Amino acid sequence: MARSRRSRREILQIAGALVGSGMALRLSIRPARATPEMMQDAVRAAIGEAAVKKGRVKLDLPPIVENGNSVPCTVSVESPMTATDYVKAIHVFNEKNPQPNVISVKLGPRAGRAAFSTRIRLADSQTITAIAEMADGTCWSDDIDVIVTLAACIEESIH
Amino acid sequence: MPRALIHVPATAKKGETVEIKTLIAHVMETGYRIGVTGAPIPRDIIEDFVCTYNGEEVFRAKLYPAIAANPYITFFTTATASGTLAFSWTDQHGATQVQTAEIKVE
Repeated sequence: MARSRRSRREILQIAGALVGSGMALRLSIRPARATPEMMQDAVRAAIGEAAVKKGRVKLDLPPIVENGNSVPCTVSVESPMTATDYVKAIHVFNEKNPQPNVISVKLGPRAGRAAFSTRIRLADSQTITAIAEMADGTCWSDDIDVIVTLAACIEESIH
Repeated sequence: MPRALIHVPATAKKGETVEIKTLIAHVMETGYRIGVTGAPIPRDIIEDFVCTYNGEEVFRAKLYPAIAANPYITFFTTATASGTLAFSWTDQHGATQVQTAEIKVE
């Protein structure tokens, strides 16, 4: 009887220690979120010093997102996609996830249509930007503000 | 090896732009989440996705942790000749999964 009480106390102590250390870790390693400046750095790392003009790109995301864990995202670019006039690359960036990059795709005249879709994670309400690099070196962009009610990426595991 | 689903039209006319849909089962663990014990869950993501058409690269994507679990990617390609489309996903540890699909061009 005494033995079982002792083990129960031990279990409670271990549980307490785990909860305590869990809290401490949570406070210490929760990362700083990306900032618009970090996003600008990521943009420069991807496309260099090229000037970015608005237009030709269409970024499609729902304006209000209930679950940031899986948000449909479509990017399409106006381009004839011929051998000389085509889209080289499309990059998607975010402002407030822990990391500013979302996806970078490379394509070429063989694509036929400069567009792709995927599903992304959003940690907060923020602005998402898509930038297309053309074969002639010009860059075009579109951005969209998204409101997120349930954030992704940094929430605790439930399993 | 994780399960991958690919949709490529079985037949297409020469020069037609076809849509390709791909999905692979993968947790895409961001590395930013904390597990139930308080320890961080290590990052585990697919970093590269490449599609080749008869050996020629037609689409490539670099994925970041902001891509949702079970990465779903759709894109387009021009049907030029009958042959094989090969899809490969490479994770951060260098493990690659390749899957192929046939297309018949008339």
